[in-house]
Amino acid sequence: MGRIVLDKVTKTFGNVEVIPPLDLTIEDGEFCVFVGPSGCGKSTLLRLIAGLEDVTSGRVLIDDTDATEIPPAKRGLAMVFQSYALYPHMTVRKNIAFPLRMAGLDQAEIDRRVEEAAKVLNLTDYLDRRPGQLSGGQRQRVAIGRAIVREPKAFLFDEPLSNLDAALRVGMRLEISELHNRLGTTMIYVTHDQVEAMTMADKIVVLRAGNIEQVGSPLELYERPRNLFVAGFIGSPTMNFITGPEAEKRGAATLGIRPEHIRVGEGLPWSGIVGVAEHLGSDTFLHVHDTGLAETITVRVPGDVEFKHGDRVVFGPDEAKIHLFDANGLRKP
Amino acid sequence: MARAVKTRRKALNTALAWAVGVLIFFPILWVVVLSFKTEGDAIKTPLEVLTAPWTVESYGVVQERSDYVKHFFNSVVISVGSTLLGLLVAVPAAWSMAFVPSKRTKDILMWMLSTKMLPAVGVLYPIYLLFIQLGLLDTRLGLVVVLMLINLPIIVWMLYTYFREIPGEILEAARMDGAGLREEILYVLTPMAVPGMASTVLLNVILAWNEAFWTLNLTAAKAGPLTAFIASYSSPEGLFYAKLSAASTMAIAPILILGWFSQKQLVRGLTFGAVK
Amino acid sequence: MATRHSRSAARLMMAPAVILLLGWMLVPLTMTLWFSFRKYLPLRGGDLGWVGFENYVRFVKSASFWPSVQATMTLVVGVLVITVVVGILLALLLDQPMWGQGVVRILVIAPFFVMPTVSALVWKNLMLDPINGFFGHLARSLGLQPVDWLSQASMPSIIMIVSWEWLPFATLILLTAFQSLDSEQLEAAEMDGAGPVARFFYIMVPHLARAITVVILIQTIFLLSIFAEIFVTTGGAFGTKTLTYLIYQRVLESQNVGLGSAGGVYAIILANIVAIFLMRIVGKNLDA
Repeated sequence: MGRIVLDKVTKTFGNVEVIPPLDLTIEDGEFCVFVGPSGCGKSTLLRLIAGLEDVTSGRVLIDDTDATEIPPAKRGLAMVFQSYALYPHMTVRKNIAFPLRMAGLDQAEIDRRVEEAAKVLNLTDYLDRRPGQLSGGQRQRVAIGRAIVREPKAFLFDEPLSNLDAALRVGMRLEISELHNRLGTTMIYVTHDQVEAMTMADKIVVLRAGNIEQVGSPLELYERPRNLFVAGFIGSPTMNFITGPEAEKRGAATLGIRPEHIRVGEGLPWSGIVGVAEHLGSDTFLHVHDTGLAETITVRVPGDVEFKHGDRVVFGPDEAKIHLFDANGLRKP
Repeated sequence: MARAVKTRRKALNTALAWAVGVLIFFPILWVVVLSFKTEGDAIKTPLEVLTAPWTVESYGVVQERSDYVKHFFNSVVISVGSTLLGLLVAVPAAWSMAFVPSKRTKDILMWMLSTKMLPAVGVLYPIYLLFIQLGLLDTRLGLVVVLMLINLPIIVWMLYTYFREIPGEILEAARMDGAGLREEILYVLTPMAVPGMASTVLLNVILAWNEAFWTLNLTAAKAGPLTAFIASYSSPEGLFYAKLSAASTMAIAPILILGWFSQKQLVRGLTFGAVK
Repeated sequence: MATRHSRSAARLMMAPAVILLLGWMLVPLTMTLWFSFRKYLPLRGGDLGWVGFENYVRFVKSASFWPSVQATMTLVVGVLVITVVVGILLALLLDQPMWGQGVVRILVIAPFFVMPTVSALVWKNLMLDPINGFFGHLARSLGLQPVDWLSQASMPSIIMIVSWEWLPFATLILLTAFQSLDSEQLEAAEMDGAGPVARFFYIMVPHLARAITVVILIQTIFLLSIFAEIFVTTGGAFGTKTLTYLIYQRVLESQNVGLGSAGGVYAIILANIVAIFLMRIVGKNLDA
């Protein structure tokens, strides 16, 4: 089990309200990602769930039990930290065994579980090394090993991949997703990287300044962002926002269109001059100026279409994929 | 980026530095030399001293006359005892300040430091009186307590600067792994802080070993450490250079060796982290 | 960064250290203050009652007071100047590439670990003694009249002994500061056309300023309470009676506790003035 409910949770540091009253339910077995720009309170929220910080008011329920006053050691949650937080003076084996030792398990059981976790995480050959002798990816796996051996109610991940290089990050992303599929345990994952959020989550919670901007599945967020912030945050490259006549024509204050929902071709309504063309091979992103719509419009075209700096390009939106927002930045139905 | 330095300049530096080094070290060297001479030879001219036969008889005489072993034992008990006692009090305090800092942490640290600056002579008589009242005069226990108190700020400060370098996330990880406060300090913090604690112990043993105000004024025959043992040679009787040298060598040798090991920590400890 | 749980644990764990130091500070301080306002002669009648500020006035008016202040100042300033200036030069030298740097360092640092009573005795007898001391022998072998350093040049002798003890400390701290100087900064200055002298004054000295301040302040704290060196060598004779030593004599030798305590209060005030400056510097570092 691992159903976590935040009930009107708030957090203030001194006079600064980091988390205004916030309600959220994370269902058992769900992979829930907290995403938002730095300083949005996502890590604080995770630490409140972990018990590493006190809530200022409100309740944290774990499996319908009020855990607000329970110390972190007794909440039955496991956490993987950004810096991995491995114990440098212990071998990998001892690191993974530490929570079991704290739980007072007998040695045979500890050994059995450590071996098992090591096998799952490909760490068997490294059990007698110290963290200092491991690569970043291996350290990450040890941190995960330390979390899984105690069979927690839920895993908490605090930006676990941000210290890894790009290639490793993609690999670890897959490993964590696979782990979730296999264990089926609730996972709460904090990241500032919307790609991680989109690729891993069952449910994404977009946070800004401690407020939940939107909760939903990755596709819901992509297809129906509730406001300008979510629309701009989810998706890469970011959505183009157009104000002025084009938006007013459709009865909105702002018109949003994703680069991948713009077509290029003669006869279409918009045009401009290509500034920078980024060739990724499969796709090319054109940064178009002098459109009269916005400073720059990003347009995705297939990789085999040749455009270069200074070319004139004619393009237009896929009308069905247009997002409209009112003057308050909220989505118009 | 290092540059290749001309060998000649390096040789010049070397010669100069060695000359200065030997000059500064000379008094200590001379003490050691004289300690291995007879009393009669020890007062001769330097050249005659160097050519005179070597002997260890002074060491035996010193032990017999003023019981070096007893004073040495007192010094060890007092310096190690005060340091360990201080560590016992300081580790929890430093943990609190390093990992649960509050707005007052800095003030408390500063205030602790300020107690270190209280001139001893200003409070000598009250302490003297209290010691008589409590029966602590000329006891090892009394000195252990006093030296613990005067070095406590340094111990807290040193541990604090070392603890601050340990990432808080690791302690939080321990908490998440089910460790209580006791386990967190015992199994995670302490093993990680061993190098820092070792340097703290080393420096404080040295400071306590060499402390020469309280040890001279609060002890007599019974609990006197080596500082007092040596002070008894300040009123000479007959020829005493070789004996003084032997006694001095024995008094400083243990701590000199410890000191050489702790020279890096010395800077940090004695400047309260202001110079690293 | 913490929960109520850990905060209350922290308070509890800080308590022993705080309480001990508070007691250590307040109890004797209060007693000293109390005694300083009383006529208190333990061997000649004990506590003879309240005298107001008489002790403070008498202490300042006594013939020994101003000379002792002067002696203290001479000692502190003399040692500071010598250790800082020689310390900078020595640190500069030790920072150069050479063979056996580690050994030289060990030689230079050694005096700091010699207990004050030993260094005082060794200097007094083995070095400075006019008849059997090393300097005496040296003078005679050069055909000069040996000097009775400790009675003829007592203060300079004590300054020299104390400087010898503290030079390693100054050198070590300044050396540490030198080594933390970014060599690219020096190279940049060299590229900008600064010669060795200009580099020393425009780059190194400003970089050293903080280390020098720390050396001065910490040494001042210790130097103000220099005791064993004077106790062992001159016993306060020949103009070497510092404020600390004067107070010590009033309290323990003449057993005039009231008068000595008033002197102690002066010493405490003096030390606190120095302390305030030191705390500022250390405090700044704490923020960084």
